[in-house]
Amino acid sequence: MSELLQFLISGLTVGAVYALVALGFTLVYHAADVVNFAQGEFVMLGGMVTVFAYAAGVPLPLAALLAVIVAVVVGLLLYWLAIAPARGASAVSLIIITIGASILLRGAAQIVFDKQFHKLPAFSGDAPIHLFGAVIQPQSLWVLGGAALVVLTLYYVMERTLIGKAVVATAANRLAARLVGVNVATVMALAFGGSAAIGAIAGILITPITLTSYDVGTLLALKGFAAAMLGGMGNPLGAVIGGLFLGLLESFGAGYVSSTYKDAIAFIVILAVLFVAPQGLVGRRKVERV
Amino acid sequence: MAHYTHVLRSVAVGATALALSSFSLMHAALAASTIKLGSVLSITGPASFLGDPEDKTLKMYVDKINAAGGVDGQKIELVVYDDGGDANKARTFATRLVEDDKVVAMIGGSTTGTTMAMIPVFEEAQIPFISFAGAVEIIDPVRKYVFKTPHTDKMACEKIFENIKARKFTKVAMISGTDGFGSSMRAQCLKVAPNYGVSIVAEETYGPRDSDMTAQLTKIKNTAGVEAVVNPGFGQGPAIVTRNYAQLGMSSTPLYQSHGVASKSFIELAGPAAEGVRLPAAALLVADKLPDNDPQKKVVTDYKKTYEDATKQPVSTFGGHAYDGLYILIDAMKRAKSTDPKKVRDEIETTKGFVGTGGIVTMSPTDHLGLDLSAFRMLEVKNGDWTLVQPGS
Repeated sequence: MSELLQFLISGLTVGAVYALVALGFTLVYHAADVVNFAQGEFVMLGGMVTVFAYAAGVPLPLAALLAVIVAVVVGLLLYWLAIAPARGASAVSLIIITIGASILLRGAAQIVFDKQFHKLPAFSGDAPIHLFGAVIQPQSLWVLGGAALVVLTLYYVMERTLIGKAVVATAANRLAARLVGVNVATVMALAFGGSAAIGAIAGILITPITLTSYDVGTLLALKGFAAAMLGGMGNPLGAVIGGLFLGLLESFGAGYVSSTYKDAIAFIVILAVLFVAPQGLVGRRKVERV
Repeated sequence: MAHYTHVLRSVAVGATALALSSFSLMHAALAASTIKLGSVLSITGPASFLGDPEDKTLKMYVDKINAAGGVDGQKIELVVYDDGGDANKARTFATRLVEDDKVVAMIGGSTTGTTMAMIPVFEEAQIPFISFAGAVEIIDPVRKYVFKTPHTDKMACEKIFENIKARKFTKVAMISGTDGFGSSMRAQCLKVAPNYGVSIVAEETYGPRDSDMTAQLTKIKNTAGVEAVVNPGFGQGPAIVTRNYAQLGMSSTPLYQSHGVASKSFIELAGPAAEGVRLPAAALLVADKLPDNDPQKKVVTDYKKTYEDATKQPVSTFGGHAYDGLYILIDAMKRAKSTDPKKVRDEIETTKGFVGTGGIVTMSPTDHLGLDLSAFRMLEVKNGDWTLVQPGS
């Protein structure tokens, strides 16, 4: 029982991070029809900027805020300098542009920061919480709570505000949105900025647990993308479900089957799911009307 | 028009020939008064953390030796090529060293991959080759002209199990990284464990980029009778293992890390969780903590000071391997009173009691490494710093 609970907790913690990365993918895909492979680099920026600002003497909350601002600026620059000028290019070209941007960001981080691993102190201490024989790190609660807050905020913005409606409208039909007066370019910039902020928040929350370095983004982007696909690309709820599911798969795979094959187990299950339901767990089948 | 081109071409050919002949004349004149040593290092690329300090060390000490008058009155000329971590390039440069530069000996080869690629070239040319790479495959089986200076991961395993045996533990769990370093050391540890009466009762692995090892450690925690845990790994993985280990409340079971994380950054990353962790490391890392009567004390403190003063960077064991290789070679040349590659090779093999940064080297026809387990020191983290573990505890 305690074993099961332990696997559950570590799976959910890791899964919450995948979910946040997947949310970033989803937001951009939703609004701009681009799969942004530089999403992992926003996570890296969140962690690294916080670490270096904190080391320079900035209080932790301010350092975190600074990191989010830096990531949002980078996200907006990415849109204005690389994505917007390539408007109308094919999906593959846009993906290649984002991969290029991710390599550029990683290289720049290597020069601006360094190649070492860094850590942050846990936000509320390292003393583990014991629950039915399982051990919970306080930081795990921060990650889970932070992820929940981000999801709820995003839900509120999308469903209850005018900006959110504009994003949804742009996603549904770009031309029609423009005709009714939505500034499509602003909406897309917002999507990039928003996904950068979500990524950065994920990076800040997990750094006390996972450590960070200039190249943590690559694997997180891959896992986040897998989670987004699993849940159904472009569906925020799907991203969260996909992320948590992937985290749990890895943790239970390592715990009950074999740690050597845990990544393989996770990816095999994803392939199986996509085979049965190509639109993802909660995605809707796309119908093209002629 | 065709005529002009022809004239031009012959002029060009003539000039090149002239330039070449004068160059080779100059070359011959130089060669008479210098000893030419070759080196191929991974100064850039993914293995630059190895090649960079090695390159700096070699250049620094060759200058030093030349300033002091060279070897038996002859100056050393060092030819260094950068293979960028690429084994194919390394082999090309090795051929160039042998055929064009005509070196009398080779010191270098930063990684196991580049070293293995270069071995056939030097074996065939019968030129002594001292490698700075880790794997035991380089000197096992013994090749006539190939030597190496760094200790092996097999020795690290033996050092750990020796300590485990001294504490009368027999049941050990292992959690290894799946990267090159971790999987190689895991295999060696599994091989030597029975020699120390140790049985591996649980085995887990983690990916080099994994961020949480709680699931694997929970499995080890729930395995009955585990008396100690060994973690062969490199990079940030061992730091996360150490932190998860403490969080799961497993600290009453001793945790052993490998020489792969023997640096200050491990203690920083793992934080208070690192308290009580033991690991084998080269004497160089604890230079200032060695007792004054330690035979390596002088060599390691001198090298550390020279390197850190010159480069303003913290010393690494990798540069130390280059120091050892260079001086084993120079000593052999002095004993041979010759730079004939065959005579030098014979003298390298008779190296006895050489005190280097990696340990005390005594080679033989069957041992082209020459280090024993005393090359490693068992360290324990106490109050955020390394302390030497007293033998037998």
